[in-house]
Amino acid sequence: MGITLPILILAMPFFMFLLLGLGGVKMSRKVAGVLGILGMGTTMTLAYIVAFTYFFSGDAAFIIDGVRQQFQVFDVTWLAFTERLVVKIGFLLDPISAMMLVVITTISFMVHLYSWGYMESERGFQRYYAFLNLFSFSMLGLVVATNIFQMYIFWELVGVSSFLLIGFFYRLPSAVSASKKAFIVTRFADLGFLLGILTLTFFTDTFNFVDMTSNPMNVLAQTGGATFMGASVLTWAMVLIFTGGMGKSAMLPLHIWLPDAMEGPTPVSALIHAATMVVAGVYLVARMFPVYCVVEASMTFITVVGAITAFYAAVVACTQIDIKRVLAFSTISQIAFMMVSLGVARDGMPGGEHYSGLGYMAGMFHLFTHAMFKALLFLGAGALIHAVHSNDYTKMGGLRKYMPITHWTFLIGCLAIAGIPPFSGFFSKDEMLAAMFNNNWIWGAWMTMVAGLTAFYMFRLYFLIFWWEENPNYKHHRPHDAPWQMSLPLIILAAVSVVAGFIPFGELVTWNGVSYHIHLEAPVAVTSIIVALCAIALAAKMYMRKNTLPEKFRKAMPGLWTAAHHRFYWDELYIFITHKIIFGIICSAIAWFDRHVIDATMDGFAKVTQKVSFAIRGLQGGNVQAYVLWYFFGAVALALITWICLL
Amino acid sequence: MFGNILIWFVIIPVLMMAGLGVCRNSSMAAIRAVMVIGSTILLALAIWLCVDFLALRGAGVDDEMLFTGSWMWYAPLNIHLAVGVDGISVLMLLLSAVIVFAGTFASWKINPLPKNFFLWFALLSTGVFGFFISIDMFTMFMFYEVALIPMYLLIGVWGTGRKEYSAMKLTLMLMGGSAFLMLGLLGIYWHSAPAGGELTWNILEIARNNAVDPSWQNLLFCFTFVGFGVLGAMFPFHTWSPDGHACAPTAVSMLHAGVLMKLGGYGCFRIAIYLLPAAANELAWIFIILTGISVVYGAFSACVQTDLKYINAYSSVSHCGMVLFALLMLNQTAMTGAILQMLSHGLMTALFFALIGMIYGRTHTRDIREMGGLMQIMPYLGVCYMIAGFASLGLPGLSGFVAEMTIFFGAWEDADMFHRAFVVAATCSIVITAVYILRVVGKLLLGKVHDEHHLQLTDATWFERFSTVTLIVCIAGIGFFPNWINETIQHSFLPIIHALQNAI
Repeated sequence: MGITLPILILAMPFFMFLLLGLGGVKMSRKVAGVLGILGMGTTMTLAYIVAFTYFFSGDAAFIIDGVRQQFQVFDVTWLAFTERLVVKIGFLLDPISAMMLVVITTISFMVHLYSWGYMESERGFQRYYAFLNLFSFSMLGLVVATNIFQMYIFWELVGVSSFLLIGFFYRLPSAVSASKKAFIVTRFADLGFLLGILTLTFFTDTFNFVDMTSNPMNVLAQTGGATFMGASVLTWAMVLIFTGGMGKSAMLPLHIWLPDAMEGPTPVSALIHAATMVVAGVYLVARMFPVYCVVEASMTFITVVGAITAFYAAVVACTQIDIKRVLAFSTISQIAFMMVSLGVARDGMPGGEHYSGLGYMAGMFHLFTHAMFKALLFLGAGALIHAVHSNDYTKMGGLRKYMPITHWTFLIGCLAIAGIPPFSGFFSKDEMLAAMFNNNWIWGAWMTMVAGLTAFYMFRLYFLIFWWEENPNYKHHRPHDAPWQMSLPLIILAAVSVVAGFIPFGELVTWNGVSYHIHLEAPVAVTSIIVALCAIALAAKMYMRKNTLPEKFRKAMPGLWTAAHHRFYWDELYIFITHKIIFGIICSAIAWFDRHVIDATMDGFAKVTQKVSFAIRGLQGGNVQAYVLWYFFGAVALALITWICLL
Repeated sequence: MFGNILIWFVIIPVLMMAGLGVCRNSSMAAIRAVMVIGSTILLALAIWLCVDFLALRGAGVDDEMLFTGSWMWYAPLNIHLAVGVDGISVLMLLLSAVIVFAGTFASWKINPLPKNFFLWFALLSTGVFGFFISIDMFTMFMFYEVALIPMYLLIGVWGTGRKEYSAMKLTLMLMGGSAFLMLGLLGIYWHSAPAGGELTWNILEIARNNAVDPSWQNLLFCFTFVGFGVLGAMFPFHTWSPDGHACAPTAVSMLHAGVLMKLGGYGCFRIAIYLLPAAANELAWIFIILTGISVVYGAFSACVQTDLKYINAYSSVSHCGMVLFALLMLNQTAMTGAILQMLSHGLMTALFFALIGMIYGRTHTRDIREMGGLMQIMPYLGVCYMIAGFASLGLPGLSGFVAEMTIFFGAWEDADMFHRAFVVAATCSIVITAVYILRVVGKLLLGKVHDEHHLQLTDATWFERFSTVTLIVCIAGIGFFPNWINETIQHSFLPIIHALQNAI
């Protein structure tokens, strides 16, 4: 493959960012919108061409004997730290990067189109498109990274574009603090990522992914069995690198920024905080998967973190009022699902060839389907918010008659995420659960329960929005479906969510490039369907018609409900640590110490000098008699000294 | 003598002073003309020097210093006016020229006494340029002092707030540092000819002979490193920086934080480490502790300040601490990172101080509690401030990231627990930096407009735009294409690395 197309894929969004960012002020909204959409449309087309060429051309560069290859289209030196550690900027084509190219550009294009309707009347429309392009550029750069440092570079860039987009409504204090929180929390996680890269590359002497992952045992050997505080250095490195992923992918305990990030415009939430950026952590683990495989402890760590987060977020999602927050927690839970799936995957599992790296394939599959249906749900939520001007489901209810397109597409999204066949979520979730059961039934059972919770809270949301009781305000302000720019993406994404499950994913994306056939695990599939259907039935019973059942449930366990509603007080804990301890104690103490101890000492020198000068200035008073007296004493003293010395 | 390009870096500012001398205080146009022409020529000269230097290096000229020249100045003490540049000095000259250029535009409407202001400003530039071209310790020291003294008047006369106190404090503390430095330099001079023969001030000769007796090195290292370290805002000798910066006028803050503080770092490696390598190997740990404290301490202090200039002054303590910290790692990568950090910090802080000056000129306050939502009122300045902030917190694509990463990867090469612990502490500063930068950005630029009167304010004028764009282009330039600078610096460090290795 020539380098023109790949370079264009990266250059196009960046160019649009510069164009819209610098020249946007002078453009009309229409011009900016059309330019943005055309630009992203072109990028999407190019990305499709590249991905299809990679998967289906059969070129020897991409596939040899049925094994998909990792192909570096280009790799140019950017900064040479030392002769060995050289940072390069490149473009790596392999199954997951090709898949991500498709995901990112598709969702990004949909969001560009949707935003044309959604953001039409907002101030700073041009700036919004510029930021969207900056984000797309960074995210594309991240997924095609040939080396871990390039990934880190673009990792930081997606962080900042996320910051800019969350804080897009920068006049609102809540948006400002949410963007700040998102940046600082992920930055803290990135510190771990950086330390991990430092530690890992100190031993490997290379940043390059292919060099590291093609021979993970070599990486292990290079660390030479060094240990630190009881764990091997490689474990530390891989866990630290995963910390970066925990930040971006909102894993417990670094999840607190994602619900607040919903302060951003809703299409942004769909693009960044549901479909693309938040899966960067999953992508990172997938990218380094072979190396993770040789460090069992780090894989266990990933699995445990994922399992806890998935459950936690699912419980919290059951009690949120803001529909975007329900979706945010749902995203956290689903990403954690992918993490567990990666965490349980191994090279060579019991049960035969089929299970080798099944979790990897399933995780990537779910990443793909989740991106589609979660973007759909978020865009649907945007259409709802657009119609009723509120984020709370309490202001909604009975909307199915007023907004049929939104209703049907939203329902498809809910069915997909709940894992009902034949929607896409069912297939990917089934593969993931099969992988988990194969590793250990505990993971499988636990995550099946989470899947049940998922079905419950999603249908709770669905029924509360579209059924329940009609809001009386509709008489004054009749809600209606969104304009075509917004409906079209909904329909397209809904269509994708219906059919995506039939993509033969196993033949395209596997950890070692060897394709295999997906087959449904009947017991797992049946169990998960039954659990999901029960959960949906429960949700229907509780929320379809207005009744007092939810209130009774809440009264029955008030402590649990309140705690879950307050997200188990993680935010309060963080606020205590940052405001009270870091700002209130550490920073203030240091600032005080600086002024009152260090500076006071310096001033003290000056003051002492001044005091001494004042004290002895009388000696130079201009009084001749005094001078004569001092002269006399001086002469006597000198004479004495001389005499003593000569003695 | 005048055939040497380097000499012109000193002559042009002197000519500028002469030109300003014939202007009157009331003829602003003439003063500006002199300054703009002078600083443009300096910038052009610096770019030309840079290109010429790279071309010569590319052609395989492998001398340690290029464009060398030496003229006897005072024979009894063997003092020469000796000049010469390596890659680092070239970049420092370029940095200084850029900041003098941008500073000229940033102080377009200086009031009162513009002529006198620019006279001192030009004298300060003379000192700075002279320092970077010198390879004779005595002239280097002389130019160092020439750069420091105008500070007193510039802050004392044109400053704001407690300016007399701050000017006095700054001058006295830096003079205190100079006293140590003078002792150190004299010590090196006296030991510059161990085998007999003529004593010399010439850095290259001393280094070539590896002259200084190891038993003396430790003492002299402490003198010189502390002496330069005071200017590099090393803990606990940094307290002149917050007060000094807070009271200094815009262009002076720019030049001071942008260039003058770099004199400290530059001196530390050019004299302390290069000429006293055995002591550097032995005593680095003490100063690693001090500079490591600077890095974290400065960042934490910046978190709770409310005056914009104090925030940036403490931020400078942190970032300049990083420069010295990296130099003390004594390996090529980290030291290269230190120089990149000097360049980056110079440009970025100059931008910060320029913007703070512009904001202060409009709102007449620097207290972030009294401002808010400025992005709505002056979007241009707001965006520039955010870019400066992003550079400061190390966003890829801007210079700060390149510098910090080079430092961290270089510093990580020392695998013992002592170094590791301090490097981890230093890396924590990237999070703290993000905290205080976003705190300022959130309070100052975003959110609701705090003061109704601010709604009448206007956005940047053309000369302000010119000044900021110059700096931003340089910041982004380093951030996007760091490797040629990186290679230039790495190559220039080779002699110093050799000296360090031979001294083990």
